[in-house]
Amino acid sequence: MAWTREQIAARAATELRDGFYVNLGIGIPTLVANYIPTGVEVTLQSENGMLGMGPFPYEGEADPDLINAGKQTIAELKSSSYFSSADSFAMIRGGHIDLSILGAMQVAENGDLANWMVPGKMVKGMGGAMDLVAGVKRVVVVMEHTEKSGAPKLVKACTLPLTGQGVVDVVITELGVFDVSRGKSPLTLIELAPDVTLDEVKAKTEAAFAVKV
Amino acid sequence: MASKTVDGAREALAGVLFDGMTIMAGGFGLCGIPENLIAAIREAGTKDLTVISNNCGVDDFGLGVLLAGGQIRKMISSYVGENKLFAELYLSGKLELEFNPQGTLAERIRAGGAGIPAFFTKTGVGTLVAEGKEVREFDGELYVMERGLTADLAIVKAWKGDHAGNLAYRLTARNFNPMMATAGKVTLAEVETLVETGAMDKDNIHTPGIYVDRLFQGAHFEKRIEQLTTRPKEAV
Repeated sequence: MAWTREQIAARAATELRDGFYVNLGIGIPTLVANYIPTGVEVTLQSENGMLGMGPFPYEGEADPDLINAGKQTIAELKSSSYFSSADSFAMIRGGHIDLSILGAMQVAENGDLANWMVPGKMVKGMGGAMDLVAGVKRVVVVMEHTEKSGAPKLVKACTLPLTGQGVVDVVITELGVFDVSRGKSPLTLIELAPDVTLDEVKAKTEAAFAVKV
Repeated sequence: MASKTVDGAREALAGVLFDGMTIMAGGFGLCGIPENLIAAIREAGTKDLTVISNNCGVDDFGLGVLLAGGQIRKMISSYVGENKLFAELYLSGKLELEFNPQGTLAERIRAGGAGIPAFFTKTGVGTLVAEGKEVREFDGELYVMERGLTADLAIVKAWKGDHAGNLAYRLTARNFNPMMATAGKVTLAEVETLVETGAMDKDNIHTPGIYVDRLFQGAHFEKRIEQLTTRPKEAV
């Protein structure tokens, strides 16, 4: 059984360490907050200007002045602080954030990441993703293993415009976990989801990879 | 010193607007946007605008109304995902667009306001963003040169302000507003609450009055929420 979105998030949560400052992207990465292991305390950074992001507010208590980077209403914690976008990205670019978990359209075996545009088709923009992958100490990608069409997303070289070069440390998909190490060592499959075969992973992966499961 | 306070958005904009100008607008999504000033610019009909803002509102609110009115020629933004009209105008070639990484955009504006013409950042090295820009190696790593950014006009929104132009923001509605206030040749601020000079906590003024040319208490703040997310109250 391949992992569900929730199980991918739960696996990604095991990358968290006690005391980490963490930035979570939109989509599956947001779910990671629900699976923080017992005994591990992390502080979530929201790049629109908040450290110590809390849960969703109680019904009737949402404040339009208090949102996360996905524009969702949130609540604060006792430890929360607020700051400008320039201060927020100084924090990110300056290497003060320990871990970033974000989604991807393509990851290449050399650690390149593409997740912000499809030329002529999708023009959403990169938001803070380019700053995050350039500045955060460790970058974990969570994504579906293939596109809806079945095309592989773990590729030899990205064909989509890059978000960053040699920036990905780990990729977690529904089929397993890959060590990418920013392209400094060969791409390696290090975990298989239960009942997923190596043949299935090979069939759905364009990138060459070593196996150490 | 004369008060910087004016009656409203129209009075604040008097003599300031011209076709082809560059405007910076504070806010992240719909949070902390100068909604009264945006509505007054819509009413004024100023055209061929270059607008610098992290996002471009939604189809019928925020900067989206200037797009719908055909007033914007070019956007400098980091993310426009929520605005369908934006994508249509861009893909059909009716709107120019310059995407900046969010942190690069914030720092360009901060630098512009601080008199720094350019800086080097790791963000965007080896991507489309770095094309045509100087790349230099420092301590074994590559950095791309980005330029400081200023505008003819900056419009910002604060929670509180006084007659000297001192501003304080609230929660995540601060976002791009403080940097933009420093980077406009003219800076206009709308505040939710205007207080007597002296009534603000001087240790917690985020934008000192020197940066603000005119300010007013907004007539109406809709403060629309883009994505209302809540959880049920736990039974006590």
